[in-house]
Amino acid sequence: MKVKVISRSTEEFTRERSQDLQRVFRNYDPALRPQEKAVEYARAVNAAKLEKIFARPFVGAMDGHADGVSCMAKNPNHLKGIFSASMDGDIRLWDMASRRTVCQYPGHKGAVRGLTVSTDGTILISCGTDCTVRLWSVPIAGAGESEDSSRNVSKPLIVYAWKHAFWAVDHQWNGNVFATAGAQVDIWDHNRSEPLNTFGWGNETSVSVRFNPAEPNLLATSASDRSIVIYDLRMSSPARKLIMKTKTNSIAWNPMEPMNFTAANEDCNCYSYDARKLDEAKCVHQDHVSAVMDIDYSPTGREFVTGSYDRTVRIFQYNGGRSREIYHTKRMQRVFCVKYSCDGTYLISGSDDTNLRLWKAKASEQLGVKQEYLDAVKDRYKHLPEVNRIVRHRHLPKPIYKAANLRRTIIEAERTKEKRRKAHSAPGSISAQSYRKRRIIREVE
Amino acid sequence: MRGYGADLESLKDKKLKGQLSVKEQLYGQSAKAAAKTEKWIMPTEGGSLVAEGLEKTWRMKQEDIISEVDILSSRKACDISLRVLGPYTLVYTLNGRNMLMAGRKGELATIDMLTMNLIKNFQVKETVRDVVFLQDGQTFAAAQKKYVYIYNRDGTEIHCLKEHEAPQSLQYLEKHFLLSSINKYGQLHYQDVSTGEMVANYRTGLGGARAMRTNTFNAVIGLGHPGGKVTMWKPTSVKPLVSMLCHHGPVTAMAFHTDGRLMATAGMDRKIKLWDLRKYQVLRSFAGHARTLDFSQRGLLAVGNGSFVDIWRDSGGDQSFMDRYMNHSMVKGYQVGRVRFRPYEDVLGIGHSNGISSVLVPGSGEPNFDSWVANPYETRQQRREKEVRALLDKLQPETIMLDPGRIGTVRPTRATEAEEEDVAEVKEAAIAAAKASALKHKTKGRNKPSKMLKKKQEGIERVKRSFMELPPERESKKLKKTEEVELPRSLQRFAKKKSS
Repeated sequence: MKVKVISRSTEEFTRERSQDLQRVFRNYDPALRPQEKAVEYARAVNAAKLEKIFARPFVGAMDGHADGVSCMAKNPNHLKGIFSASMDGDIRLWDMASRRTVCQYPGHKGAVRGLTVSTDGTILISCGTDCTVRLWSVPIAGAGESEDSSRNVSKPLIVYAWKHAFWAVDHQWNGNVFATAGAQVDIWDHNRSEPLNTFGWGNETSVSVRFNPAEPNLLATSASDRSIVIYDLRMSSPARKLIMKTKTNSIAWNPMEPMNFTAANEDCNCYSYDARKLDEAKCVHQDHVSAVMDIDYSPTGREFVTGSYDRTVRIFQYNGGRSREIYHTKRMQRVFCVKYSCDGTYLISGSDDTNLRLWKAKASEQLGVKQEYLDAVKDRYKHLPEVNRIVRHRHLPKPIYKAANLRRTIIEAERTKEKRRKAHSAPGSISAQSYRKRRIIREVE
Repeated sequence: MRGYGADLESLKDKKLKGQLSVKEQLYGQSAKAAAKTEKWIMPTEGGSLVAEGLEKTWRMKQEDIISEVDILSSRKACDISLRVLGPYTLVYTLNGRNMLMAGRKGELATIDMLTMNLIKNFQVKETVRDVVFLQDGQTFAAAQKKYVYIYNRDGTEIHCLKEHEAPQSLQYLEKHFLLSSINKYGQLHYQDVSTGEMVANYRTGLGGARAMRTNTFNAVIGLGHPGGKVTMWKPTSVKPLVSMLCHHGPVTAMAFHTDGRLMATAGMDRKIKLWDLRKYQVLRSFAGHARTLDFSQRGLLAVGNGSFVDIWRDSGGDQSFMDRYMNHSMVKGYQVGRVRFRPYEDVLGIGHSNGISSVLVPGSGEPNFDSWVANPYETRQQRREKEVRALLDKLQPETIMLDPGRIGTVRPTRATEAEEEDVAEVKEAAIAAAKASALKHKTKGRNKPSKMLKKKQEGIERVKRSFMELPPERESKKLKKTEEVELPRSLQRFAKKKSS
């Protein structure tokens, strides 16, 4: 007969020296793990609770400005620095790690309305209500990290004066050209004191401008006649125009899907559009209770951050109708500008109370702790009531909570009225319009 | 991510449903890929006993097997002879590392099976009926004459659990940290050993259970009663989950297969039955007594009776055909009290009236262990980490159910289903009340037992009849609804007035 018995030698299963790692053996047979689903569910509940315990999103505030922060710019070549400008003309370069000003750029006489950095990261462009565009040189990253408290004060490289006040500026992603928005949309080159080209459609002022990340000649602007216009630099006339029911305050292109952009609107919603098909919004992001002032996409293209007039900063998913996260502080007043940091881990918000605030994008993220398993097991069960209740819970300040309830009641009432109107009229006389189309008046070629 | 996927049918949010189903698919694929690769790098091979020519496996004696295997394995077969302190019972930890032997007359000893060291040997001077390890060998519980005591690894008595009175058998649910005991009056206790809280006390009403085992697949406790019934319990319900009449006499032993589909019971009616737990039907029935039963990790069934132990193996693969695999008979006077397979080893431990024996049973243990589940070569650090993680992942007693796949599903909130459940509950409560109602004791010879019984049954029938009237109402409601659908919505309020 042939006999074989399980025999294990201890040397094979234990480590040789104390400096070696312990040996780990795996057997994925599910028979060895009874009730695995219950254990994973318990872990999901615990992970959701731990996430709430460790949720400390506020990192710090950077104060120094004397008036409300009106706009910000990030330099894609330097992760640690952020430019910010205030309503009294003060422009500063901040070091986010130490939360101090590295360099100051005084010179503007009125509010600075737009800030942007050139493609190679060496020139900062600012424009303001004093009808000037100023170009400044950006210090090199190494020199700016000196510990001394004496901040550098720079003079502008060049100042271009023009006829009308400016509202926004943006630089091309892969070129030498930048665009300013004001009474008209002007296209400038660094070295010319006059714009290369001017676009205008109608007599309205343009409020914001953004270049497309992938297509350097495409830019989107929003105007105070409630329209969003897409221009192509190669053509001498605007490409497309979309008129909505309310004004768009800011636009951001999705860096990973560059044909999509999201518009931050006055009616508390953000609308995502596909630039090729503007007759219907791809997604409506609802959660703010007051006008959305600024919007910026994460470099992953999966999330975007919005700052609103209702004193909160919210993070949405690119295809999600509701916000994933909300950040608020008692001291933070109307948020005028937000930026997502270039590595996707931090947000910077600039608000009316003269402070820039640094927040974590993932509120409960801890450096050095491996969270992927806990995140994955929480995601697996987050649709179930117990886990959902914990994950969804956020503390809202009372005015926001009440305003949100009121808004919800109003919308529900309108919807019920619509339904009843439809039920009591001849079938087919009232056509239901989806919310994605409802806010658009028309699209114009 | 190894468990079965979450239930997505209850989700109404189509976007979320789509995202989650894609993720579940990916998990499934990665699990399959991992399993495929791991299959080739398993360090150990399983045992086997193959008969050549005209030999039969059940004629092989231990001496023959020991002479064929290597020295390390041959040392695992041993006999510990202790005559003084009564019949011995034994239990192994989940990783097979430690063994605890308890003599009926009060001896407790823990042995480290890897190094064959005696960890601690002490006497409690009282009857010890059953022992069980708690949390991996560091503490254990002993069912003594009056109460349950919890001891440390060094033999220090840590707790005396007075709520468990005169316990007969103990069982421990590791993932839930629940210690449960049954006493001769049929009282089942569940106690949480991490918080010390008594979770449940139930009166089974069927007498003390001689046989008590845990179904490791779903953490349900099975009891075998003197009336021949086998009941299955969970800590959150007063009534047993399942109640089966298995034998014509008392149930003497029972065992659950590790995958939860199979149960073996033995009764005094000289039958050993194999039950399918999905359909609750007998798969196979053998003749014979059995004092003790145990399933191994690989599905071998050990039957202990008198002074010999039979080991059965399923050759068909679906447990419907079991044939004799091995047989071990001991010295005539030894009475086998308990057989337990040692996890992750090809060893069967036998506790008998004169001590403990362990015999080699090739092919009974799972050769490859998973370090995160049970590690026989655990270091102190690893054990501590595991204990902390087990506490973090502790399951609540409410999660015990017959079908463990129902966790993570959402009960459908359809009105009709809720109504039916409520009605059934109310009906049962009413019937129970009717049965428990006391009848008036009549005098002057009008108190005949037959009449009392008739009156009681009439009361129960009356209650049942009141519930029987409901279905016709529901049918008429359905008719009304179909009428209403034809009219447009704004006119439906007029439709109701018409039909009423």
